[in-house]
Amino acid sequence: MSGSDQGKGSDVLDAQDRARFEQLVLPHLDAAFNLARWLLKSRADSEDVAQEAMLRAYRFFRGFHGGDARAWLLQIVRNTCYTWLEKNRPVELMTEFDEDLHPQSGASPEALAIAGDNREHLTRALETLPPRFREVLVLRELEGCSYKEIASITAIPIGTVMSALARARQRLQRALTHGSPQEASK
Amino acid sequence: MNCDFTRTVLHGYLDGELDATGAAEFERHLEGCRECTTALGAEESLRSSLHRGGLYESAPVALRRKVRASLDAATASSGGIRIPAWRWVAVAASILIVASISWFAWPRVQNRADSPPFTAAEMIDAHIRSLQPGHLMDIASTDQHTVKPWFDGKLAFVPPVKDFADEGFPLMGGRLDVLGGQNVAALVYSRRKHVINVFVLPTKEPDTEIHAPGLRQGYQWRHWRRQGMEYCAVSDVSDSDLYELAQLIYQ
Repeated sequence: MSGSDQGKGSDVLDAQDRARFEQLVLPHLDAAFNLARWLLKSRADSEDVAQEAMLRAYRFFRGFHGGDARAWLLQIVRNTCYTWLEKNRPVELMTEFDEDLHPQSGASPEALAIAGDNREHLTRALETLPPRFREVLVLRELEGCSYKEIASITAIPIGTVMSALARARQRLQRALTHGSPQEASK
Repeated sequence: MNCDFTRTVLHGYLDGELDATGAAEFERHLEGCRECTTALGAEESLRSSLHRGGLYESAPVALRRKVRASLDAATASSGGIRIPAWRWVAVAASILIVASISWFAWPRVQNRADSPPFTAAEMIDAHIRSLQPGHLMDIASTDQHTVKPWFDGKLAFVPPVKDFADEGFPLMGGRLDVLGGQNVAALVYSRRKHVINVFVLPTKEPDTEIHAPGLRQGYQWRHWRRQGMEYCAVSDVSDSDLYELAQLIYQ
């Protein structure tokens, strides 16, 4: 597989690969773009990175032997995004992931409903989370991935997906309720 | 069970990722634990905000074009490339023609009052999206008495839910979806391993009969209004099957 990374040599893709890729992988371009957009927080950068990831996926395509094409593609998208972040925004990746679980924020369902009702506010709150929290939320809530898929995309053990989501949701609740939604909605 | 523990388990429960025993155990715990009940309510509220927030960003058309171009460039141009290349142009052209015909035909030719409050493209997209792994159902049950109450409190209306297993259309479950910016109930039926999505939302328009079938990208749909509800059944099954289900629901 490492030889095909360069996209040259014996693993040159032909029209048949192209058709298979079109059928299996290309339908997940929306998922690829959406994940990139939330990881990079910028539509313009996401377009570039998603395109690069699609091309990488294509070059790796002979190594894909069936299964969940969306998870396979999103794994590549995620890696491409992190490589891009390391190069362009290294500071963002320095926030530590393994934070202790604090007691519940204590926000009532009603307070959260009000805070979450504003798209701008919700977007900003989600964007304040460290990328590793943001990605599990995006994969679970926007992309509808199962724990198993999240584990394979983000390369975390399946046993820790649940607690990663618990932490991420808690951070989001805090970001939502502490960022004064009333002001945001005015 | 201790509550620190349930704070994590609660998420597995919320996500439907606990096994039956784990879920039952947590439900038992929930009955006696106020803290967990509130926390679960908060998480559900957060989830519905995330779902309703329109946060999903689809790939721009320009990106789709650029990706296709870069894939073409990375595909070997062997002797046979001319034919496949032509074939792609032909496929693209026919998709474009079909798309533009339906785009123009659907909302305009049909009387506004007779068409659903969303476009055919949105409906087909929602159907296709539902077929992707893990997307089909939020509640998987063949029991109408389980599916119907599940919608309660998640939507501002209660969709009529009936199982038609005896007639060859077993109910598989349901989920929440968004069509044309509105929350809708999606009921999932199966027909010989094919999936039929029935989108239901409230309407103020008068009842209609079951409208003539629509067809797009190989998917069929049937639309009708009945007793304050708007229905749209979408699938790749034959139109006669779809019509049969539409009639069963209509009764």
